[in-house]
Amino acid sequence: MMGAAGQDQSTLFRGDDNELRLKDEKSVRGTPAKSMPAFILGDELADLAETDPRIVVATADLANSSRTRDFANRHPHRFIDFGIAERNMITAAAGMASCGLVPYVATFASFAAILGAEAIKTDCAYPRMPVRIIGHHSGISMGFYGTSHHSTEDLGMMRSVADLTVVCAADANQLRAILRASVDHPGAMYIRLGRGRDAEVYQDVPADFAFGKATKLREGSDLTIVTTGSQVHASLAAADRLAADGVSVRVIDMHTIKPLDEEAIRAAARDTRAILTVEEHNIIGGLGSAVAEVLVDEERIPFRRHGILDEFSLIGPPAALYAHYRLDADGVTAVARELLQKIN
Amino acid sequence: MNAQSHHADRRNFSVAHLADRAKFIRLETLRLTRIAGAGHYSSTFSAAELFSALYYAHLRIDPTNPKWEDRDRFVLSKGHAAIGLYPVLADLGFYPPSKLDDFTRLGSAFGDHPDMKKIPGIDFSSGSLGHGLSVALGMALAGRVAGRDYRTYCMLGDGELNEGQIWEAAMAAGHFKLQGLVGIVDRNQLSIDGPTEKVMSVEPLDDRFRSFGWEVTRIDGHDLPTILETLGALKPAGEGKPQMIIADTIKGRGVKYMELSLDWHVGNLVGADYDDAWSEIEAGLQPLETEKA
Repeated sequence: MMGAAGQDQSTLFRGDDNELRLKDEKSVRGTPAKSMPAFILGDELADLAETDPRIVVATADLANSSRTRDFANRHPHRFIDFGIAERNMITAAAGMASCGLVPYVATFASFAAILGAEAIKTDCAYPRMPVRIIGHHSGISMGFYGTSHHSTEDLGMMRSVADLTVVCAADANQLRAILRASVDHPGAMYIRLGRGRDAEVYQDVPADFAFGKATKLREGSDLTIVTTGSQVHASLAAADRLAADGVSVRVIDMHTIKPLDEEAIRAAARDTRAILTVEEHNIIGGLGSAVAEVLVDEERIPFRRHGILDEFSLIGPPAALYAHYRLDADGVTAVARELLQKIN
Repeated sequence: MNAQSHHADRRNFSVAHLADRAKFIRLETLRLTRIAGAGHYSSTFSAAELFSALYYAHLRIDPTNPKWEDRDRFVLSKGHAAIGLYPVLADLGFYPPSKLDDFTRLGSAFGDHPDMKKIPGIDFSSGSLGHGLSVALGMALAGRVAGRDYRTYCMLGDGELNEGQIWEAAMAAGHFKLQGLVGIVDRNQLSIDGPTEKVMSVEPLDDRFRSFGWEVTRIDGHDLPTILETLGALKPAGEGKPQMIIADTIKGRGVKYMELSLDWHVGNLVGADYDDAWSEIEAGLQPLETEKA
């Protein structure tokens, strides 16, 4: 695939550089590294690239954080490190896409979606270029790095861009499904990932994954929790605790924020008594707003949006932040109980 | 497809013919401005000779096959000059000239800025300044990945060089040694609020691009023999320095009352303004006032 013969690849792409070599994978808090989303990103893309010469991968000086270095090690001539220049990376990816390539560009969500928003709108979505913008370490998952590195606005911003598919991965297996389905999906796409330490939700790669088609993980009749990405696991845990109290909770993994599975929301409004949205994002603009837009148009049902309540996050370790903002199993359970008390 | 042979068969156009096509570009710009009721005519007038030389004599393109994978790419980063490019593409046969008769009307493919999804021959949509060099960088990288020998050309305005993303792209092009990337700055000295050197200075342009790893040539952007010679001397795609042509031009060139004037960036031309401009352009380029003095 390399162009003119005799080019020194190492001067063009950094994939051959020793500092990008795969380091020993470690497990994090007992979770095998291979099950965590960020840890499979580079390898899964490298697998896909084995049979698809259109796939190229880029990062903005975050080959290690995104694990795109795993791709670089296997396909050095199709890996481009743009340095700390996110807009240039996203726009250049659109240029590459216009020539027939399918670029996956990865950086922190705050810089991919928020710094890069205009390039995503103007250069990727508007000309319908098949660029996949991967925002990893989204939400408040970067903890003590602080507000500059948090992204609790990205879903709202991305969701308002026409012709852009917006999707969140709950764990490694779902990310594999997303990446496989993304290759030939028309138009531009924003893929939101957590920090790479998300606990397993899907034991296998979900075979029935489809963009725009929500996944019902639990059936229930009292309450529906509509959630996405990093909050799917906590929401399932909350549903289990509520079940122990005799409360029947439906859990919907709304992995695709846009196009939204509106029918799944309408069905929840018909079949259950209340709806709670849970997301690691400002309650303004993201999943909660998207669900509210469907409900206000078509249904009247007790409803609550849960997430970051329109504030910039405190500094702290991620686990402490999730507890503080009630975005862990305990927190989601408590919020659900508050909603149920109001309707009983 | 061999680049040299293909270029050769397009280089038969005489300077007189290219000058005539530059005149055509300016007249069509006037006509389209009148249809729309507004237009960036002066930004097109500065680029008329560059458009003419590129499209009628130099670029490796095939109007019957706009998506030809081995074609040279052209990104109009200063998208507001599209009003001067649309007539060229029609003239070359990318679409019928009559398509321009409803320029900017409701539902037209042709707006003030070019849309690649609606217009054959437009390689990338533009309008937001500062993006084009990154787009072209990506196209050049794609050529390298896919092993194709096309060149990617990007026409930049001088005012948009204020945008930081231009320099991100310039840095990357030098780093990746993309010889197949060719930048052309339409250095017409003016942005909307005034002379570039008063609004936000961009000079010394030559040194700035050289320091980012580019080969830089500075030319008179209205002198067709010089433009042709410069384009003809470009190196082929491959590993080396990206190539920058800084074309010194006159904003509004061809219409005396516009030349170097701040009053004619965008708008409509009516009455004597329109008639005078038409007859001046018809008469062909005259020496600048400063040259006659």
